[in-house]
Amino acid sequence: MIPTIGLEVHAQFNTRTKIFCSCALRFASPPNTLVCPVCLGLPGVLPVLNREVFRLGLRAVLALGGTPSKTIRFDRKNYYYPDLPKGYQISQFADPLGHGGFVEIAVGGKTKKVKLNRLHLEEDAGKLIHDQVPDKSLVDLNRAGTPLAEIVSEPDLDSAEEAYAYLVSLKAILKAIGVSDCDMEKGHLRCDANVSVRKNASDPLGKKVEVKNLNSFKAVKQAVQYEIQRQTEALEKGEKLFQETRLWDDARGRTHLMRSKEEAHDYRYFPEPDLVPFSVSQEDVERERAALPELPAAKKARFMKDYALSEYDAGLLTEEPKIAAFFEEAVRATTDAKTTANWFIGSIFAYLGAHNLNIDQTRLTAPLLADLLRLVKEGKVSLQAAKEKIFPEVAEKGTSPESVMKEKGLLQVSDDKALEGWIAQALDENPKVVADFKSGKETAAMFLVGRVMRKSQGKANPGKVQDMVRKALQA
Amino acid sequence: MNLSQKTAFELAESCRAGKCSSEDILKDLARAIEAKDSSIKAYVRFDAKKSLRRTVSKEAPLYGVPIAIKDNICVENEAITCGSKILQNFVSPYNATVIERLLDAGAVIFGRTNMDEFAFGSSCETSFYGPTRNPHDLGRVPGGSSGGSAACVAAQTAIAALGSDTGGSIRQPASLCGVVGIKPTYGRVSRYGLIAFASSLDQIGPLTRDVRDSALLLKVLAGGDPRDSTSANVPVPDYLSFLGKDIKGMKIGIPKEYFKKEGLSPAVEKAVRQEAAQVLEKQGARCEEVSLPHTAFAIGVYYIVAPSEASSNLARFDGVRFGWRHPSTGNLLELYEKTRGEGFGSEAKRRIILGTYSLSSGYYDAYYLRAMKVRTRIKQDFDEVFKKVNVILTPTSPTPAFKLGEKATNPLEMYLSDIYTISANLAGIPAISVPCGAEVRDGKSLPIGLQFMAKPFDEGKLFQIAHAFEGTRI
Amino acid sequence: MVHIDLKQVARLARLHLTEAEMKLLEPQLGQILSFVESLKEVKVEGVEPTSHPLSLSNVFREDQPHVKAVEPERIQAFIKNSPASRGSFFEVPKIIEDKS
Repeated sequence: MIPTIGLEVHAQFNTRTKIFCSCALRFASPPNTLVCPVCLGLPGVLPVLNREVFRLGLRAVLALGGTPSKTIRFDRKNYYYPDLPKGYQISQFADPLGHGGFVEIAVGGKTKKVKLNRLHLEEDAGKLIHDQVPDKSLVDLNRAGTPLAEIVSEPDLDSAEEAYAYLVSLKAILKAIGVSDCDMEKGHLRCDANVSVRKNASDPLGKKVEVKNLNSFKAVKQAVQYEIQRQTEALEKGEKLFQETRLWDDARGRTHLMRSKEEAHDYRYFPEPDLVPFSVSQEDVERERAALPELPAAKKARFMKDYALSEYDAGLLTEEPKIAAFFEEAVRATTDAKTTANWFIGSIFAYLGAHNLNIDQTRLTAPLLADLLRLVKEGKVSLQAAKEKIFPEVAEKGTSPESVMKEKGLLQVSDDKALEGWIAQALDENPKVVADFKSGKETAAMFLVGRVMRKSQGKANPGKVQDMVRKALQA
Repeated sequence: MNLSQKTAFELAESCRAGKCSSEDILKDLARAIEAKDSSIKAYVRFDAKKSLRRTVSKEAPLYGVPIAIKDNICVENEAITCGSKILQNFVSPYNATVIERLLDAGAVIFGRTNMDEFAFGSSCETSFYGPTRNPHDLGRVPGGSSGGSAACVAAQTAIAALGSDTGGSIRQPASLCGVVGIKPTYGRVSRYGLIAFASSLDQIGPLTRDVRDSALLLKVLAGGDPRDSTSANVPVPDYLSFLGKDIKGMKIGIPKEYFKKEGLSPAVEKAVRQEAAQVLEKQGARCEEVSLPHTAFAIGVYYIVAPSEASSNLARFDGVRFGWRHPSTGNLLELYEKTRGEGFGSEAKRRIILGTYSLSSGYYDAYYLRAMKVRTRIKQDFDEVFKKVNVILTPTSPTPAFKLGEKATNPLEMYLSDIYTISANLAGIPAISVPCGAEVRDGKSLPIGLQFMAKPFDEGKLFQIAHAFEGTRI
Repeated sequence: MVHIDLKQVARLARLHLTEAEMKLLEPQLGQILSFVESLKEVKVEGVEPTSHPLSLSNVFREDQPHVKAVEPERIQAFIKNSPASRGSFFEVPKIIEDKS
């Protein structure tokens, strides 16, 4: 069976205000406080397009390699729901902002350009709360009118892994170009998946099933996996599949039928008469093209080349623009790309993940990181102490690694004289072990190293101790 | 003299000179309303003690002048009903842009006038609050949908009023009540705060006793508005400066298609085509026959485009955030269907169904899309004619005021009475209705109105010719 | 005469219609739509549809928030207009069916 997947992603623009009114965008505000007559859909109000939404949308089209339309229009998508104040959503149907383009993904060592169908602008709906009052649903319209880009891929993805990789890449691009913050927890990125399967590549595409309610990348992966399996099993049993809409149940890990094709909505799209058409000029295109930063794919390639990083490491370091920028600054300070990369992929990512922070929410700076790496390189602190004891302090408080080292007494003793003294004592006290070594028992050396470390109360530089113990034994 | 009989222009001057105050005017209006409005019912709400105004300089063009407002234009902290049950208890939390402009111009906002529900109608009979009657014959309609505004200006229970015009809703009642009404160019006046009927056709305009007041008010109302994307930033000339200019050499087109109609009253035809044309020619204008070949299709286009937009515009009246909600609603679908089913009157439902159908899957191309294309044809007709003439002269309505209930049972017949006014909305051009005579029916003298139409943003020319014509009648 | 599936259209428009209303509406709408059929006589090949009578384009607002924050009284005015509210939420019957 051959699965075919297409994704529809809604990305929230990071503008200051809503798409058609001057209400501010703020997450987790008290209900119905970021509203005005326009986004409440009161009688008599009219929408006016936020210029920044147009600009950022255009930038996204260009970053995704799409073609901006010459003239764009808005349409009304009519349906009734309490979170949709006007009884229609202002969206784009016939003349979207952009057509085509692609997102490059890498799965299993192979790269692939996933084709895009279109990108259009639209307004978000409000929020419904179902579990606060028995028998009632409550409506909060703070989110109504939030500007969204809907990015529709072609049915060009072959697996759940590809779907996941697509989302990762798309998110990286949108973040890099400053169009969306892509904060999943704040619902900045939402996704619907269209999944079908067919027996042979020569068959026409199977019946398209739309899966909704995918609130995380993981959910997308699991839901797509589940749907492929469900549809494959059904076909293998000789059952018929139908074009339908299904809902992902994250807790149960399965989809269930929401609406059949017959129940599908008739949205009665027509041109929004309250808005005028918008022409996209050559100046607009050139201005936004000039505003495009280096895109994640190009950055990744450059990191691989300039810093001799593996594709995997380069990918991780370029997913988030702030990380990538920090990394480059750090490399300039440390002049050691490989070690710096290891620090990011090991300690820094772990720290950010554990504390749920962005890099710019820590006190870490490139010079501080360089100082820390220098302490390790010069043998003043052990790598373990640097990672576990010093780094968290630096990241949290911005204290210099040196002072943390001193304060916590982590300075390693690398001084030859001190080490020689402890080694001489250890050898003197353990003549039997020295004899064992000389008769060929290699592990005896490790015992002596342990003794030296104990004598130094753990402060001796273990690498150096090892070398010197061996030298002393062989002398 | 009773102040309620004066014009806005005169009253602003009197107030400025300290000869009277807006309180004096309101007192006289209150008396007039008490005497007449119980039979005419032009007002849905009126409170002489509660009027809205701002402190402005004496130079303000409408200094102290009370203006009545059609009940589909939002006034902050005031109830607004659109003549519908579904807006019961709704209080607008904001001002329409035109209200802001009136207040800044020194006007006093008072009294809300009756209208067909959501402006759906040509008779003012579909209001949830009952019909308004024509002051010239209480057995007849004042026209619609701005019937209340036309009736109170005609009955001298208002000095001037705002109306809205989607297919003739200012001009037709102005004609039937014997007052002046102008529908400005689409985009000339902000629609922000006008409860939308058909967004691509709606315009707000004044209903006044004479052309000078019309020019005075439009000057205040007109101009681009950042809150309305469809309003135009075209400079607003001083319309009063067009008054008194002679019309020598002005070319007037008389479209032959407008006089072919069965149902056109011979008295109306005579008053417009012969008498008015003659009067204008006497003043040096030249009349010539022109052709607007797609005239016959205007009503068909209108009754697809307007209900389609209306069906979507009226979706927000769902009983969730404002207005009336049906008391027994078990689930969401019932909440919607019962609230809307009982909150809207029959004409509103008829148009919502018609519009929903025209936009629905499988019919869009045949109805809505085709109508929009024919609309282009109609617009092109006007573009052609305005290459040859300055203004177009037509009747405003095929007949004088008809009787209450006469057309209420046959919606199509009611729709056909909009024949002369609809095209201006479809083409977006300005048009003014001016009284031009009377026809006696059942012993009552009923006003007849004529309509002048001009190129987009050429309202000045309309005032020029309308004023010249008016001068020959007084 | 053009026939309309009134029940379906009424559902789409979320309008409850009584039997009597439907009986009245059906022929009226048929009559109106039959009248509209005349539009088919007009040649429209290659004609652009007019969705706006004016040829305005590119009307924007800047990305600036309201000068003043929305005052609590104003929010109360919004909520007070609702036929059913709870706290500062609008309230509707519990929604069981899933959305769009």
